[in-house]
Amino acid sequence: MATGHAQRTLRNSFGLPSNRYQMLNWSSKALIHLLALAGAVAFLIPFLWMISTSLKPMEKIFQYPPQWMPDPILWRNYIEALTVMPFGLYFRNSIYVTVLSVVGQILSSAVVAYGFARLRFPGRNILFIILLATMMLPWQVTMIPLFILYRSLDWINTYYPLIVPNFLGGSPFFIFLLRQFFLTLPLELDEAAKLDGCGPFRILWQILLPLAIPGLTTVAIFSFLWNWNEFLWPLIVLNDVDKWTIPLGLNGFRDQYGTDWNHLMAASFVASLPVIIIFFMFQRYFIQGIATTGAKG
Amino acid sequence: MLSRQAQAGQDADGVTAGKRPRMSGIARKEAIAGYIAISPWLLGFMIFQLAPILGAFYISSTEWRILSAPEFIGVRNFDKLLFNDDLFWQSIKVTVIYVIFRVPISAMLSLALALLMNQQLAGRRLFRTIYYLPAVIPLVAVSMMWIWIFNPEYGVLNSLIRVFGIEGPQWIHSSRWALPALIIMSLWQVGTGMVIFLAGLQGIPAHLYEAATIDGANTWQRFLKVTLPMLSPVVLFALVMNVIGSFQIFTQAYIMTAGGPGNATLFLVLYIYRNAFEWFHMGYASALAWVLFVVVLVISLAMLRSSEHWVHYEGRVGGA
Repeated sequence: MATGHAQRTLRNSFGLPSNRYQMLNWSSKALIHLLALAGAVAFLIPFLWMISTSLKPMEKIFQYPPQWMPDPILWRNYIEALTVMPFGLYFRNSIYVTVLSVVGQILSSAVVAYGFARLRFPGRNILFIILLATMMLPWQVTMIPLFILYRSLDWINTYYPLIVPNFLGGSPFFIFLLRQFFLTLPLELDEAAKLDGCGPFRILWQILLPLAIPGLTTVAIFSFLWNWNEFLWPLIVLNDVDKWTIPLGLNGFRDQYGTDWNHLMAASFVASLPVIIIFFMFQRYFIQGIATTGAKG
Repeated sequence: MLSRQAQAGQDADGVTAGKRPRMSGIARKEAIAGYIAISPWLLGFMIFQLAPILGAFYISSTEWRILSAPEFIGVRNFDKLLFNDDLFWQSIKVTVIYVIFRVPISAMLSLALALLMNQQLAGRRLFRTIYYLPAVIPLVAVSMMWIWIFNPEYGVLNSLIRVFGIEGPQWIHSSRWALPALIIMSLWQVGTGMVIFLAGLQGIPAHLYEAATIDGANTWQRFLKVTLPMLSPVVLFALVMNVIGSFQIFTQAYIMTAGGPGNATLFLVLYIYRNAFEWFHMGYASALAWVLFVVVLVISLAMLRSSEHWVHYEGRVGGA
């Protein structure tokens, strides 16, 4: 105990952040780094394996022991993989569906969250509890009636079933996240605007939304991610190859070129690239978003 | 001005008299704005959730092959799945095994990673990125990667196992190993759980650890007596969401194993999908979907109920 205290004092005197537990000695520090490093290697191997395979010629793929550094490096695997199937088209389709879905989810969840966070109306609490309860709903229970509904509307093989629901409430997660965000903004802002004669929706639009941009960014990123990665629902509603999104295209690629591992890995990597880029650009918002919905849930 | 004063007066009356005051004009306007604000969600909830759930219940009482009209058959679909469909019980068995193994193992792994990331660690942000990244990759792409990783002859996993002089199993090509393979693969995506736990850990006030240290608690005791109780609400949330998510497993099985070999990975949602969209038994598929709904509902409610016994809520006085 005494040494721990001494070390902490020593550490503080060097201006280093003091650990919330106790100062760890060197051997346990080394052990922690070693564990983290071993874990990181284990988590990276699948990625490295994918990238390595995607750059190999066919005959080097079926080889034991496996070669990690491809030799020669075949960049043209990527060009071949992307031209043999219309990935450009899938990409455009995915962008179209995803962007409209993100816009719908942001708009509708912001308005709804504002209602739950700031406006008083009878039944607000019970409705909010219902909203939270819908987070626990396995949506597959709704997929058959919705399929039949869209079929009768002639919406099968269109993007409406993928986009329209996002304009109606979006997702309970996003509503919850934005509500939590609005609750952190001082109520005096609304009061002052109200005195100036602002109506409730002008308060939202002109005062709260600009302040909520970090929260909205988090929603945008998760919305992008979920819509981009969605598989089962597009699989049900999109039949035409021309309408496919990236995940459906990747699945179709595998059906046709099942054992062209280099091309399949190249296509998988390209399909993942947009989310990887977004993740690296906005990492902070990912972490914050999960922390808000997770820790305070 | 006048109406604002009137409202203030009413509010005070409402409090003292203890009954609901009639709404003032301003309050009514606010309430109307509130209903308008939440109306997108309310509409969406009724159209895309409530009505379909009830609709699915109705469809489950019919024989409906989509092209012809639905024919009412009462509870025969439920009768069939309970007493006359081995594949249904197989799908329940496989799904439950997946949930039972995947949820606790991934919870422990993500807690371990979160504890690790909560230490003073050089390059902590980089480690966090590496651990979290697999959780954002499209599941279809992840499935493609892991088909190749699990390749018995040339896959990286069996190559690594061979280093120890052991021949690895056939993984997704073996009816015995396919389910464990999908569980192993799911552990690669524990990043979300890690971030949830990490946020929870960072919310634990440092003075609790200091007090425990002064009382002479060692690292392990502090973990048991401070960290775990303080983290238990977060653990409950993560476990419930993970159970719900795990029951919905579909993509991996659809792409990697097609439910096989020998129905070893015929998860419930895959079986629902096949009945509905490959065989067009809309009635039977809806009955299966209702089973999923009820099972998930009962299990999550049971977990939330059990939380009274193990979740510690700060600020609660005397076990209220």
